[in-house]
Amino acid sequence: MELLSGADMLIRSLEDEGVDVIFGYPGGAALHIYDALFRQKAVEHILVRHEQAATHMADGYARATGKVGVVLVTSGPGATNTITGIATAYMDSIPMVVISGQVATHLIGGDAFQETDMVGVSRPIVKHSFLVKKSEDIASTIKKAFYIARTGRPGPVVVDVPKDITNPADLYEYQYPSSVKMRSYTPVLRGHAGQIKKATEEILNAKRPIVYAGGGVVQGNASELLRDLVHRLGCPVTNTLMGLGCIDGRDKQYLGMLGMHGTYEANNAMQNADLILAVGARFDDRVTNDPAKFCPGARIIHIDIDPASISKTVRADIPIVGPVVQVLTDMIEAVKQLNIEPDQAAQQAWWKQVDEWRAVDCLKIKPSDTELMKPQQVVEMLYKVTEGDAIVTSDVGQHQMFAALYYKYNRPRQWINSGGLGTMGFGLPAAMGAKMALPDENVVCVTGEGSIQMNIQELSTCKQYDLPIKIININNQALGMVKQWQDLHYEKRHSHSYMDSLPDFTKLVEAYGHVGIRVDRYEDLEDAMIECFKMKDKLVFMDIYVDPNEHVYPMQIAGKSINDMVLSKAEGS
Amino acid sequence: MRRIISILMENEAGALSRIVGLFSQRGYNIDSLTVAPTDDESLSRLTLTTVGDDSTIEQITKQLNKLVEVVKLVDLTEGAHLERELMLIKLKAVGAQRAELKRTADIFRGQIVDVTSTLYTIQLTGTSDKLDAFVEAVSGVPIVEVVRSGVSGLGRGEKVLSL
Ligand SMILES: Cc1ncc(C[n+]2csc(CCOP(=O)(O)OP(=O)(O)O)c2C)c(N)n1
Ligand SMILES: [Mg+2]
Repeated sequence: MELLSGADMLIRSLEDEGVDVIFGYPGGAALHIYDALFRQKAVEHILVRHEQAATHMADGYARATGKVGVVLVTSGPGATNTITGIATAYMDSIPMVVISGQVATHLIGGDAFQETDMVGVSRPIVKHSFLVKKSEDIASTIKKAFYIARTGRPGPVVVDVPKDITNPADLYEYQYPSSVKMRSYTPVLRGHAGQIKKATEEILNAKRPIVYAGGGVVQGNASELLRDLVHRLGCPVTNTLMGLGCIDGRDKQYLGMLGMHGTYEANNAMQNADLILAVGARFDDRVTNDPAKFCPGARIIHIDIDPASISKTVRADIPIVGPVVQVLTDMIEAVKQLNIEPDQAAQQAWWKQVDEWRAVDCLKIKPSDTELMKPQQVVEMLYKVTEGDAIVTSDVGQHQMFAALYYKYNRPRQWINSGGLGTMGFGLPAAMGAKMALPDENVVCVTGEGSIQMNIQELSTCKQYDLPIKIININNQALGMVKQWQDLHYEKRHSHSYMDSLPDFTKLVEAYGHVGIRVDRYEDLEDAMIECFKMKDKLVFMDIYVDPNEHVYPMQIAGKSINDMVLSKAEGS
Repeated sequence: MRRIISILMENEAGALSRIVGLFSQRGYNIDSLTVAPTDDESLSRLTLTTVGDDSTIEQITKQLNKLVEVVKLVDLTEGAHLERELMLIKLKAVGAQRAELKRTADIFRGQIVDVTSTLYTIQLTGTSDKLDAFVEAVSGVPIVEVVRSGVSGLGRGEKVLSL
């Protein structure tokens, strides 16, 4: 058997786990590990400019590919800088392993230099965490960490590694375990057959059914199956913010996104349905509005890998706990075998009603009464110029909602955003992670002048590793989403929602060695965007000035039903 | 409703803080908690009491089950079960009260385990209700100090919580 130091074992374990790239930043407690990295070629390391960005890059990489994203940082400040990124991944169930250096075992607990109780600090935002006690445990701990991160409901796992454990002078026999078994961790592998059959019968007998699908379908790689099922059922389907792309945005049965900024047709169809088939979605408060008033006439079938997601906010009538792939496969089989003729008259009446809601055309862009460009027009143009095929990451704010509503995603993992935590600063590093994973894809970050400044230092990393992503900065010179709420609920008192003294972004990106294009008029937008996407091997930052006073609509009225919504600014104020 | 949740968990550093953390993080309350190793050295058994409606308790048990170090758990209050708590109570005992306290302790099957010229320390085991009742019964006497172990328990008859 091979003899390796703890540091070498750690990196070899990553290699043996199939990791090709990790994102990180060095420091004292991680120096042995960094030295091990230096002496090998199998695992590429991307040096970021801030550890938070490393976690979002690993996250973007994971969301784009379904693989586990990997982060390596030092103890203390290096570790605490990852917290926002870990929380972001946790809220959206993204598989991630974060390896943090720790002070030497004998120093732990003594307030040593750069000591932070990383396992303690991260505890509420991880799926699990480990503090490695002995070098001999490194390989098995890494194996377990990856296994836990990617199975069941995926999530981030922290592995905290004290410096002495990685000492280059101490050698140990290395063997990477071929399998893991943990008596206390056994993800569900099959949904209940009886429940699946019963659910399928109810769906086929429903008069006003709707499918409500979320991020679990994307993460669970079940989009093809979901599309198959939905087409067999012939019923309307809506996606959550996290589920966008699992149904083709152009599909005739697709009603668009639901929820707080969901479409009129999606929210109304939910409220009036007699049966909701929820797949990999968790009845989040940004969807349900007041859960007590949620879809009163509907029977609810809920498929989820996580039993704790079922009946958490809204009671499920038929819960099915299991992997979406297996449950949907069995459901499709049940549809074939049950041979229940759907009630044609009921289906037609239901679609007639849905089409009336659709005819309201809630996403129609109202022409501007000033010279100013509308942010929606920017996303619409992006959709046109990229032919609907780019991978789009976003930051958080109004631009995020516009990117969700006005770009029609045609496949899963095409839309990447921080839905659960709503982390500003996520978009740029996430785009970088996606581009690392899929260098041949067009990767675009739709952002705002507020969000982009939260991780703008990564433009330097983009230069170093030659990551030619495109950044679409929808510049409304305001923390637009905050300002919108202040307009609506605080009598337009814009407390700290302005972004004055903005930098000249084009000059800034040029200083980082990239290309900047500023656009002020809608007439110039198309040509500028075409030019931007022609520069295939360059990072291009488009700074697009838009109407600072635009709001995102539709918008639910807080504390009411899912379909109590305002459709325009005129109606809203 | 009051529930007694009994948990078998990996006997590892950090497991307890994950369980306790879950309660504070999600806004559930713990009324009592006891934890100790079992006959199997790799496992600890934790018993806690909490109060909540059915849906809260359902969430609590689901969330606990998700913790990687939780091997198995049972809500003992769902079926017939035994529950016991230990109390040591130090009471002012002077004059006529000494005999009176001794009688009350006997009625509750308590034992006087330490005596000074002015104090009795009484040991009592039973359900939490019984311990409460004892405290109530001696309310005429000044209580100097009380310590309770928190509830532990197990299912009656064939029902067992094991691997
Ligand atoms: C890290 C972080 N801090 C604060 C917020 C609260 N917040 C949500 S949207 C928003 C404004 C975002 O501004 P910008 O990026 O310019 O986007 P816009 O809404 O203007 O499109 C803020 C401050 C957040 N989501 N994340
Ligand atoms: Mg803005």
